Amino acid sequence: MPETLIFWGLSGVAILTSALVIGQRNPMYSVLMLIASFGALAGLYIQLDAPFVAVAQIIIYAGAIMVLFLFVVMLLNAPQEDAAEWDRTHPLRQPGIMRFGALLALLLVIQLTWALLRVNGVDVPVGAQGDPEALGSVRTLGRILFTDYVFAFEATSILILVAMVGAVVLARREGDR
Amino acid sequence: MDLRFLIQLAIIGFTFFMLINASALLVLAERKIMGFMQQRYGPYLVGPHGLLQPLADILKLLMKEELRPKGADKWLFTLAPILSVTAAFAAFATVPWGAETTFFGLLDEPVSLGVADINVGVLVIFALTSMGVYGIVLAGWSSNSKYSLMGGLRASAQMISYELSYATALAAVILLAGSLSLREVVDSQAGTWLGFIPQWYVFLQPVGFIIYMIAGVAETNRAPFDFPEAEQELVAGYNTEYSSVRFALFPQAEYINMTTMSAVATDLYLGGWHGPLLPPEYGWIWFLLKVGAILFAYIWVRWTLPRYRYDQLMQFGWKWLFPAAVINLVVTAALVLYFNA
Repeated sequence: MPETLIFWGLSGVAILTSALVIGQRNPMYSVLMLIASFGALAGLYIQLDAPFVAVAQIIIYAGAIMVLFLFVVMLLNAPQEDAAEWDRTHPLRQPGIMRFGALLALLLVIQLTWALLRVNGVDVPVGAQGDPEALGSVRTLGRILFTDYVFAFEATSILILVAMVGAVVLARREGDR
Repeated sequence: MDLRFLIQLAIIGFTFFMLINASALLVLAERKIMGFMQQRYGPYLVGPHGLLQPLADILKLLMKEELRPKGADKWLFTLAPILSVTAAFAAFATVPWGAETTFFGLLDEPVSLGVADINVGVLVIFALTSMGVYGIVLAGWSSNSKYSLMGGLRASAQMISYELSYATALAAVILLAGSLSLREVVDSQAGTWLGFIPQWYVFLQPVGFIIYMIAGVAETNRAPFDFPEAEQELVAGYNTEYSSVRFALFPQAEYINMTTMSAVATDLYLGGWHGPLLPPEYGWIWFLLKVGAILFAYIWVRWTLPRYRYDQLMQFGWKWLFPAAVINLVVTAALVLYFNA
């Protein structure tokens, strides 16, 4: 019973703070709400017997990536987001682009509904196949990551490397060597 | 409500109490050692040899008026110091500080000295110390002051940069011990080589230990890397606009972070509570002595070295310290693989 209560509490916090990320006018508060949301997610991972994933979530997302977000927001020091919705000349306000956006949103809703309906059809959840104690351990996780899922792992690292090289190229000023 | 549960509670309370005492004692130690190094007495009037000076300092800060600058963000201005000190206290939760004990036969099964013992302990400490940066960054931003903002910006960039070297140095020790639990790391350092050299990881990882200590100084924002509050450029940096208790929480968080950093260094590199002469039940005395020695080195460095320049700090962090840490990790991994195969 307490587990269920904690689960509902954490998911409530995660959903509420995620909604507030978009709802806030002040970008500083948006960043903080996102951190709170990551914290709640980490709590959910602990409930799933995956302490390593929970801690990795905190270290990487809340501890490193969001600090950089905060750094950028502070550097720009914008007290409020630009009121883009009142700006009729904004390039994203063209009718064609907006219709495309609506189409994408519709697709996302259909995908989500399909995925949620399909969840009930899976007999055994992936996490319940092995001993939860062994599954949560770092040793097992590392072994699986570098054997069964090595392609996905390496593909992701190359993707991140490409993004990093792209950022460096874009940030380089004209004439710099 | 059995005895074991009560003793666990007592250990948690005692750890908390000792951390508060550590921060107060470090304020005094800092001023006394500085006085000694500058050939003067330091605080001497309150209590015998100035021993009660921290108490006087705290009372003075409690009596001060709490100010909040016009245009400061009300919520974040209040939240920032609380966040700082909470992260500092929480980070100590997975640091074990003594061998398992039955309290001289009081309990049937031995209980471990330390708040919590979990199998990813090292990572939890790392995650919580990385949360500490938010306190400083938010303090800098919410104060609505240029000096504070500069301090906050510097803190975020500096801590992100040095966290990398810090974690990489730490990973090498974890490879040697083969476990992420701090208690297991400590217990793998029991015993001696050739009968007299203790099996501490500092002898296997001298480079890692130096990297850990340098990155630790930068992580806790101590001189010579105290750029978030560099006095001659930024008045007092991120805490310029703070006063009274809210101000007091920042140095307290800094001193607790120093204690945590030293305790983790003791557990990872200096064999924790293992040491010659004393029986294992009194291992916590060794632990205290080692932590004290590292803390003394911290203060010693602060009053010996002048402050760096900010760009030098970033250059050093990214171009020297981090590559050195990575090479150290790769070499350690190769050697562990070679000797274990």
